[in-house]
Amino acid sequence: MSIRFDKLGVVIGVLIAYGALAAPFATFRANRIVPGDAKGILDALPTGAGMLLLGLLAGAALIVLLRTPTRLRLLVAAAGLAAIAVFIGMAATHLTPPANAYARVSPASGFWILLFSFALLAADSITRLRPLPLVRVLLLAITLGGAAVVLMSGLWDGLSILKEYSGRADVFWLEAGRHVTLALGSLVASVLVGLPLGILCHRVAPLRAGVLNTLNLIQTIPSIALFGILIAPLGWIAVHVPGAAAIGIRGIGAAPAFVALFLYSLLPVVANTVVGLAGVPREANEAARGIGMTDRQRLFGVEFPLAMPVILTGIRIVLVQNIGLATIAALIGGGGFGVFVFQGIGQTAMDLVLLGAVPTVVLAFAAAIVLDALIEINAPQRERSRAA
Amino acid sequence: MIEIDGITKRYDGNTVVNNVSMTIEPRTVTVIVGTSGSGKTTLLRMINRLVEPTSGAIRLDGEDNRAMPGFELRRRIGYAIQGHGLFPHRTVAQNIATVPTLLGWDQARIDAKVAELLTLFQLDPIVFSARCPHELSGGQQQRVGVARALAAEPNVLLMDEPFGALDPIIRAKAQADLLAIQRLLGTTIVLVTHDMDEAFHLAHKIAVMDKGALVQYGKPAELVKDPATEFVQTLIGASERPFRLLSIKTAGDAVEPGAADGKPLAETMSQRDALSELLWTGRSALPVAAADGTILGRVTLEGLSRRAAKPQ
Repeated sequence: MSIRFDKLGVVIGVLIAYGALAAPFATFRANRIVPGDAKGILDALPTGAGMLLLGLLAGAALIVLLRTPTRLRLLVAAAGLAAIAVFIGMAATHLTPPANAYARVSPASGFWILLFSFALLAADSITRLRPLPLVRVLLLAITLGGAAVVLMSGLWDGLSILKEYSGRADVFWLEAGRHVTLALGSLVASVLVGLPLGILCHRVAPLRAGVLNTLNLIQTIPSIALFGILIAPLGWIAVHVPGAAAIGIRGIGAAPAFVALFLYSLLPVVANTVVGLAGVPREANEAARGIGMTDRQRLFGVEFPLAMPVILTGIRIVLVQNIGLATIAALIGGGGFGVFVFQGIGQTAMDLVLLGAVPTVVLAFAAAIVLDALIEINAPQRERSRAA
Repeated sequence: MIEIDGITKRYDGNTVVNNVSMTIEPRTVTVIVGTSGSGKTTLLRMINRLVEPTSGAIRLDGEDNRAMPGFELRRRIGYAIQGHGLFPHRTVAQNIATVPTLLGWDQARIDAKVAELLTLFQLDPIVFSARCPHELSGGQQQRVGVARALAAEPNVLLMDEPFGALDPIIRAKAQADLLAIQRLLGTTIVLVTHDMDEAFHLAHKIAVMDKGALVQYGKPAELVKDPATEFVQTLIGASERPFRLLSIKTAGDAVEPGAADGKPLAETMSQRDALSELLWTGRSALPVAAADGTILGRVTLEGLSRRAAKPQ
């Protein structure tokens, strides 16, 4: 039997080797802003634990390198993720001198490379296994649940990012709420406006080019510039429209952030609605009219269900885009996870930046998986008919 | 009865259908033929007002078809198109139930109707009800399309090249099925096609359209005998004339007394096919049998060639 290598596995194996041997696993700093002291795996962990982790990683790299069953690879990915999660917590406890509240231990490049390698391996094996949409959501839930258990267990409490969190727990959840409200609220608003606008563009052809070009133009305005543009009109509304200021409309703050996210969201929603409706089979539409459906019945009974997967794809783009973009709302006092990112940059405290960035990434990632599953559940017939 | 009275349709000064008048008898099959762009589909679509005429009127059983909103009119008229136009996201049963549901029938009546129609079209309701259109073959999809058009028991069924997308074998079967169902239900069928074989096979009367005008409207034999214009002549095809005449009537109509050897021909077979069988088997006569197997008599080469000759 000849030994056969897996193409992507070679890349992942090299990454694991580099992350484990060449790059530092954790960084130790005497306080939160001084430059850190990078530690390799053997330095960062108690001797036995360090050897164990290196052994585990070597085994994982070997399995990944060769052509092994996909289920085994997924198992290796899960075990690898769990192992580095546990060991980074252990490194924090090991490196922090007893009773020292100023010292900071944070994951270093080696940890992130290992995290990336195993995440890539997991994504690759899941893609190869082609699980049902619900199974994918379940896998996401298991992963998030696992992370929650580790968080609750206090294993990571020694890590710098959680030390930053522990001082700001109240603010963190407040900003998390604002972040989600901004991202989801602007999504809902853009769907409420974008869907009817898309339908109108579909039915009234002359409108199409104009509306889509305008929305395209808005999309190209940089977010900071858009905030600037919005200050004047929103400020004017706050002063001149009774009650506007009372519900929080001002030149800066959440209102312009909301409006900007809403405007950015319109293009994907409208464009995908138009494309989705245009993709409805001509014969189905023709038959619907021919057997006596009214325009409304045709829209809701035939066109919408058939266009739904494409429209949902637009909504997925918007949701993921908004969760990321909502970060910059903090620039104009709109709140959200961006608050920590910009504070962290201001204080050169990278741990604080991470406190804002990591939840944003996790949120966007989870939203993408859930909506992808939703799209697939909505499209099974079309997928199959295309294959036939 | 469908009375088409001086109907004209213009698009931007372009006359697509020009002052067409014709009366379609109830419980018959009328086939509208013509080349592409002759206005035949537009004429058909003005009957159920998918296209509104520029001038003229169409009456169904004496009632102007503009007496009610278009969508209500269309629910009372069956409509089947090329490529079936089934809704891909709905099951076979839901597709067939579309119009009854729109009309607000109760569920039990809808279910009974769906089962009845599926059985009529030789599709087992238990097997096919829950399937989606993409799980059916082309012929099955087409049958479900016609079943959907007939679900609300319309008196009139409009068909726009319904068999155009089928392969020749399935098409012949679909045509035979359509004739059987038309005889059973007594539906008035108006069918548009550019296939002259199909027209002669199905039609009680043929309407020939050319450049928006109705150039001839009559029984198939009349068209062969007295083509009104050069165009009708070309459409029928000079070399096809004797065979067209034979394809109109059945072997049963050509039975002569007497006996003959060989495998009996079915009474319902067209005379054209009977002639073909005689030529192929090298016989001068073959027996003709009824559906139950009784021998009715025989058809002869001589008898058929007399029938294929130019009528005096």
